[in-house]
Amino acid sequence: MSGRSLQGPQSLQGPRALARLTALSSVLALAAFLAGCAPQEAQPVFHAERNPATLAEWRLLQIRAGVLGPTDGVIPYELNTPLFSDYAHKLRTVWLPAGTRAGYGADGALQLPVGSILSKTFYYPRRDAGNAAGASQGALRATAEAIGVLAGGRLVLDQVQLIETRLLVQRAQGWQAVSYVWDDSQRTARLQRVGEIIPLELAGIGKFDYVVPDINQCAACHATDVKRATLAPIGLNFRHLDREHDYGGEVGQKNQLAHLEQLGLLDVAARAESASSGGSRAALWGDESASLEARARAYLDINCGHCHNRQGPADTSGLALDAAETAPIALGVCKSPVAAGRGTGNKKFDLVPGRPDESIMVYRLAAHDPGEMMPELGRSLVHREGLELIRRWIAEWPGAPGCAQEASNSARQSASSARLSRSQG
Amino acid sequence: MRLAVAALALLGWLAGCGQRSSVGQAAAELGRFQRELQEKLLDAKPGEIIEIPAGRHVLDRSLSLRVSGVTIRGAGMNATVLSFKAQRVGAEGLLVNASDFTLENLAIEDTGGDAVKINEGERITLRGLRIEWTGGPSTRNGAYGLYPVRTRNVLIEDCLVIGASDAGIYVGQSEDIVVRRNQARQNVAGIEIENSRRADVYENDVTLNTGGILVFNMPNLPQRGEGTRVFRNRIYANNTANFGARGTPVASVPAGSGVVINSNDSVEIFDNELRDNATAHIIISSYFSTGYMTNEGVAKDFDPYPEAIHVHGNRFSGGGDSPDGLDLKTLKLAMFGLGGRFPAVLWDGYRDPKRLQGGKLPPDLALCVRDAGPVLNADGPGKYRNPSLTSEGFDCTLAALRAVELER
Repeated sequence: MSGRSLQGPQSLQGPRALARLTALSSVLALAAFLAGCAPQEAQPVFHAERNPATLAEWRLLQIRAGVLGPTDGVIPYELNTPLFSDYAHKLRTVWLPAGTRAGYGADGALQLPVGSILSKTFYYPRRDAGNAAGASQGALRATAEAIGVLAGGRLVLDQVQLIETRLLVQRAQGWQAVSYVWDDSQRTARLQRVGEIIPLELAGIGKFDYVVPDINQCAACHATDVKRATLAPIGLNFRHLDREHDYGGEVGQKNQLAHLEQLGLLDVAARAESASSGGSRAALWGDESASLEARARAYLDINCGHCHNRQGPADTSGLALDAAETAPIALGVCKSPVAAGRGTGNKKFDLVPGRPDESIMVYRLAAHDPGEMMPELGRSLVHREGLELIRRWIAEWPGAPGCAQEASNSARQSASSARLSRSQG
Repeated sequence: MRLAVAALALLGWLAGCGQRSSVGQAAAELGRFQRELQEKLLDAKPGEIIEIPAGRHVLDRSLSLRVSGVTIRGAGMNATVLSFKAQRVGAEGLLVNASDFTLENLAIEDTGGDAVKINEGERITLRGLRIEWTGGPSTRNGAYGLYPVRTRNVLIEDCLVIGASDAGIYVGQSEDIVVRRNQARQNVAGIEIENSRRADVYENDVTLNTGGILVFNMPNLPQRGEGTRVFRNRIYANNTANFGARGTPVASVPAGSGVVINSNDSVEIFDNELRDNATAHIIISSYFSTGYMTNEGVAKDFDPYPEAIHVHGNRFSGGGDSPDGLDLKTLKLAMFGLGGRFPAVLWDGYRDPKRLQGGKLPPDLALCVRDAGPVLNADGPGKYRNPSLTSEGFDCTLAALRAVELER
């Protein structure tokens, strides 16, 4: 496949036609041309007001020789433990305007200057990876394996199916979210403000509705402080970023924070401070060498903590699952639900130590029904491996609090007894 | 002549077209309605009124609004219907995170979860709405009908709420609330005020629920509730079997309850008509009686005792004759015989031992029940061994609570 950027036909021809020129005069002319106007290597464009109709107009990603990758100055990154999104893989990038750099907020979150853009491209490995022709959306794989991924955050397009690219843009009025949905040919991603339901099929799992959120729904996760109601990135935090990433080329494997620092994009001095203020590195949820506790808490933190924290939209529940939480009741231990509705699954407590099957947390992670499941948005499928991790964490809980007995007693009672005044004494 | 032929041809074409694509067209229409409504919500500006025309509009995803100062208005609770029967995405029908919000004159049917949730906001108005799960009572129904939470200055009026598997109208962790002239039917709880401060619940018609009006406090939440007035309501025949999922606070409510106070303070119940609630017209209870009390799972500073409860001037008829649950049935039989009935007011008997002075609550924290005959003290603290019927200590008066003033 020939080199192809996302800008469309005009810019396709620029680099290739120019590369063929060999005469000295032509080279000189080229240099003059480059200095003048045409973006040779595409540079990202910050759209301060409006969201353009196509992803290409941001120039964050480009396609060359059948490979989608970040444009110059756009840095790929990954998280220690990511949010589960129906087994989608995610290519994440961060871009900061020239001459700016990020600092740290109090909670270890990177503070990015106006003009910064984050991207997250959702994709699935194809079942028939290697055979591009006619690969349909019904033949995708749910696998943790990095199929079709090259170093430096580049995706081999005939091995993956692109679904959507979401952006978080730091504008003067704050972070704003937008999503672009890829067409079947994987050439163009178009603005989709009201969201979309895309029917997909995963081998071994089956058909499901992949849901592109509407712009307001982005806030369901990214407005992590319900009173301020402003959006913020979630993954761009010391604890999630502190890990190695394969940048390829001369850089190779390197710690992501160190790399950003070396590029001058991140305040070096602030890092030690952030690390000392409780921003300890999150575990990789699937890393068997890490403790069960660390893995489960990292999983709950990234999957639940954006709402379930003491300032978040789910503060109404009294359940806080972010990394900073330490109180057992807030983590759900022997705690009654507040407004779970039928999401209780007929269980009395959020988390019954030693009893995953009597814990509402497990029930809701295993639920499909929109009125019962957790998280409320962002998945149609159950994350079987994540669920298993939380089950184990609860099953192997040290000690046996009294509500374990209470929970199993109530499980034996019929629904019509166990009522207010005197039946539960 | 040529014109007439052309007109006939056009008519034929129109008719054919209509036949050919009616189904597909309907689906496309519905998809378009949803998209356009979502766009209006995304692009709404403060002060804007979004009118939804009459008709039955089918949606498959939840809606959300994050802009303050917006009114969403239909053409009437029976004319404009948003049906979520086919909902595939989202935990509620409409989720609002904004202030100065008004929703009025439309119906929301069959949402997968809550129908309308407003999380954080001030000056919220819900008016003339019909919220309904159309299949009747079922544990599969969504939890809450109208659900403002963490809100301040809330007015809910002239709504009809049917079939919620938790509470039809539920105001949680909020302040300065008026709930008036609504009808709540066939919900587990008709109206519930939970962990909220300063609520007036009046002139509502509450029937066929499991419990009519609930005033609760739950532990482990940032805000404790107090100061609710329940008055001039008609609360009758709330005898629907409890269909709430176990584990929810309302699952502990016996069918046949008129008004239930649990762990809440400063509640005044007066001038209501209470009729034919088969367990009891009014239940005053502590968190100990919910079955959810655990050592580990309840914050140490939580106060499980109802205090400063003032019941007076209500009109009672019927009821108390067929309490829900084996234990209550046994208690009734033992104390009042097969054909007897519970008195109007049931109390679980728990009082905070730290507050007692000479075996009594101080006057400002007392449980005052007048114009209701003797109270049945179920003797919860004594493991229900010595239930008794008594008026002693209940014949007192508390200062009237002040009316809620929304200043609008």
